Amino acid sequence: MPDLLLELRSEEIPARMQRRAADDLKKLVTDALVERGFLYEGAKAFATPRRLALHIAGLPARGEAVREERRGPRVGAPEAAVQGFLKSAGLDSLDQAKTVTDPKKGEFYLAVIEREGRPTLDVLAEILPQVIRAFPWPKSMRWGAASAKPGALRWVRPLQSIVATFGPETETPDVVAFSVDGIEAGTTTYGHRFLAPGAIEVKRFDDYIQSLERAKVVLDPDRRKDIILHDARDLAFARGLELVEDEGLLEEVAGLVEWPVVLMGSFDESFLDIPAEAVRATIRANQKCFVLRRSGSEALAPAFILVSNLVASDGGAAIVAGNERVVRARLSDAKFFWETDKATRLEDRLPKLDSIVFHEKLGTQGERVARIAALAREIAPLVGADPDLAERAARLAKADLVTEMVGEFPELQGLMGRKYAALQGEHPSVAAAIEEHYKPLGPSDRVPTDPVSIAVALADKLDTLVGFWAIDEKPTGSKDPYALRRAALGVLRLNIESRLKINISDLLWRNYISRIDKHVLEMISVSDVFSREHMSNFSSQVEDIQYKIDTIQTRHEINAFRHVFMNDGNLLSFVIDRLKIYLRDQGARHDLIDAVFALPGQDDLLMVVRRVEALGGFLDTEDGRNLLAGYRRAANILRIEEKKDGRAYDAAPDPALIAQGVPEERALAEALDRATRDATEAVSREDFAGAMRALSTLRVPVDAFFDKVTVNADDPALRANRLSLLNALRAATRPVADFSRIEG
Amino acid sequence: MSSPVDLSPKTSFQGLILTLQQFWAAQGCVILQPYDMEVGAGTFHPATTLRALGPKPWKAAYVQPSRRPKDGRYGENPNRLQHYYQFQVILKPNPENLQELYLASLAAIGVDLGLHDIRFVEDDWESPTLGAWGLGWECWCDGMEVSQFTYFQQVAGFECAPVAGELTYGLERLAMYVQGVENVYDLNFNGGEGADRVSYGDVFLQAEQEYSRHNFEAADTAMLFRHFADAEAACRSYLAAGAPAEEGGRHRMVQPAYDQCIKASHVFNLLDARGVISVTERQSYILRVRELAKACGGAWLLTEAGGAALAA
Repeated sequence: MPDLLLELRSEEIPARMQRRAADDLKKLVTDALVERGFLYEGAKAFATPRRLALHIAGLPARGEAVREERRGPRVGAPEAAVQGFLKSAGLDSLDQAKTVTDPKKGEFYLAVIEREGRPTLDVLAEILPQVIRAFPWPKSMRWGAASAKPGALRWVRPLQSIVATFGPETETPDVVAFSVDGIEAGTTTYGHRFLAPGAIEVKRFDDYIQSLERAKVVLDPDRRKDIILHDARDLAFARGLELVEDEGLLEEVAGLVEWPVVLMGSFDESFLDIPAEAVRATIRANQKCFVLRRSGSEALAPAFILVSNLVASDGGAAIVAGNERVVRARLSDAKFFWETDKATRLEDRLPKLDSIVFHEKLGTQGERVARIAALAREIAPLVGADPDLAERAARLAKADLVTEMVGEFPELQGLMGRKYAALQGEHPSVAAAIEEHYKPLGPSDRVPTDPVSIAVALADKLDTLVGFWAIDEKPTGSKDPYALRRAALGVLRLNIESRLKINISDLLWRNYISRIDKHVLEMISVSDVFSREHMSNFSSQVEDIQYKIDTIQTRHEINAFRHVFMNDGNLLSFVIDRLKIYLRDQGARHDLIDAVFALPGQDDLLMVVRRVEALGGFLDTEDGRNLLAGYRRAANILRIEEKKDGRAYDAAPDPALIAQGVPEERALAEALDRATRDATEAVSREDFAGAMRALSTLRVPVDAFFDKVTVNADDPALRANRLSLLNALRAATRPVADFSRIEG
Repeated sequence: MSSPVDLSPKTSFQGLILTLQQFWAAQGCVILQPYDMEVGAGTFHPATTLRALGPKPWKAAYVQPSRRPKDGRYGENPNRLQHYYQFQVILKPNPENLQELYLASLAAIGVDLGLHDIRFVEDDWESPTLGAWGLGWECWCDGMEVSQFTYFQQVAGFECAPVAGELTYGLERLAMYVQGVENVYDLNFNGGEGADRVSYGDVFLQAEQEYSRHNFEAADTAMLFRHFADAEAACRSYLAAGAPAEEGGRHRMVQPAYDQCIKASHVFNLLDARGVISVTERQSYILRVRELAKACGGAWLLTEAGGAALAA
């Protein structure tokens, strides 16, 4: 079966866009083929700095023939109807139509239209230019004389040539005939810009990839990565060094070369006085080179790996010398930054934060630091941290943003602060918290364990969340420019993985209150602002307040309050949504999560998690499964009977009637009393496993009850009482979870 | 007859400049002289900013002294200068082989393309003050950025139609590379040897020290604030004075107005270096300059050189 080869050769494509572009090319072309009914055996796309290529194997030479029957008017219908039928079916006369007989409607005409499948070559000639014209580059441009006209082709950088061939392995393939903005598809491409500048004629994918290889182009980005990685490791090993691996850098570097040549350079040992991370950042960010360490040690070696695109006539000596010069200049700058930064204490940098705007509507970094410091101090006792240390760490946490080093390498924020703090003799917990307060940076990042770090990390994230909610800047869809989802996940992981017992709405409230204008606070006479009761009071007073004190300031505050605490999509519900996602990612069943969240007041994160865990454990036992079955049976009967009678059986069962009943009924009533009491009591001690154990005692009496007792007794009073008993069973599970949400 | 000094681009700074001028002259560029005002980059020269707008073809190359007051280091940093030279090439529309031309120009100044690793690394260029952006690359030679290569998409807020290609060579860096020196002040300027040798430091070191003092310590900020306001007002009043009398008429005073835009931009850079502009104000100053640039760009499109006659 024939194959398609497509190559789009352009000026240098940004490294970060190449992989996505290859994927898009494959998807767009294959989707368009499938949409037109063309199936294929396999497709693979490739990218280098100067080309995107696509190989689709096993396409049919033409599409499937289509046979369509079209029913016409009955025989003897008016002429107009017959003419209309002939026209729509594309027939010249009725001789070309068949006559068929329908038992009900009699004889009528039938046209059989057979269309041959379209040649794939034609379909490709239609699809490919469309894909090229509408290609989803993140940023695209116009160029050259053609750019004077509207509607000119846009591409990531100027598109230079197109190769498009289609045909079976055994024959010379056809060129897919199309052109885009004057670029004709053909069979000519070019190899490496410097090493093999001549034109190459290609037929199909097999000879294409080989010709490119001869012309010093490795088409497959993963092969380029392999070559770089292995050559780099070997080169390092030969000098007794180890490569500091870096997947992001590897991916980028593989997108900067068509023919990777790995070389090693060195720098002066004295630059290793600079913190290793800063050396690495300098060499990585500016030079896109890898750093090395001494074998078996964490310490960096004064050497680096560079990846060039050239087999140089001097074996690379000039390239290495040139790169070494630049690395030397950059490291000199880094060393200068490091020495300059050390000369100023972190606290002396704080006034500078007052002139840096954090966000237009959220004030300066200085104001933010003051809030975080106050909140960290409040949180400290809750997490077992020294309040003075937590406050100190929070005060210094952002000071490194105004150091030279972080100005140059923003990714070193926190880390440099820690180094400078340690050098100026701060408490080790304070130094650690300066780095760790940004953590965790995502689902797989480490959660800090030092209580001081936890206090500052929580304060930082809560301040961010409350702030952005107050100005109604929430994440929407794929847009989350302030990384608020990450901040919320951070709050959750800090609480859950450090086993903290903190009430989340209380924390949000504390931070919120610290932002409110003092005037407004006085006006709404909140004396003890740090309590949840006040939150709900405030909440109920909101409408009132708006009428009483209608100033711009109060209106502003009240709007902010609504965004944070009341409106749809308020912060607490956002955090809880993130918690559900977090629990699901941890493997918890979504129905158990719903069963727990169906209970009111679930804002103690750790408690929620433990409840879900305990419930899952319980339902894995035989007692648990049986009790769930019993619960369901009871709930079903109640649902049916309550619907039938149009009333609820929510009264407590009458002990007198139970005393007269069968022994199993009495046994269940007693067991329910005990289990409800024990489960409620265990929940109040936050002993969820204990609550589950209490419920599990119900299994035997419940089974026996359903075995021996007829609920729908003839005596209406007895029947009503037994239904109330079932209701008591349904209610007994409520302190633990809403069992009706449990599936399976 | 041999020259008493060596004017090879690998031996002297001026040899490098002369070679680039020769190269681009041979490509049909008009070789201009630097614009006679203080600018932050070669792009500000009206031969680029204004000429990039409108449909008329244009090819020019020139050296432009560029002032970056904040980059002053009192002559103590081997790479950083508050005054340096850019070599600027603008070709509208960009020829199809602009990358090849650029590489040939490197070969002409003595960069052996079989020996050095030349790379085109993504760099999206944007000038907030000029309301301009384009896509292109930093051009690396053995890991060092030696030029910027940009396809202008928009200038002064107007789409470029056709697109112009812009090349900017960092002359000091290139010269340091081809001469093999590590400190800019050690560059051989004139190609002379012994007593005849004039270094870059001989020419510029004292100026770097004096201007660093001026930029960071002495520049009269009250006067500069006044100058900014004056330049802004003058730009607008010249534009108003030259505005077309009737619909479809020509603008008659764009370039003098644009001079005032350039002036405002440089005065802003000086104020910024003096640290008297806060972060929030900074944005609004940039915006004010951009508004001037846009107004000048719009007026330029109503002139003959801006293609008004062709459109009519």
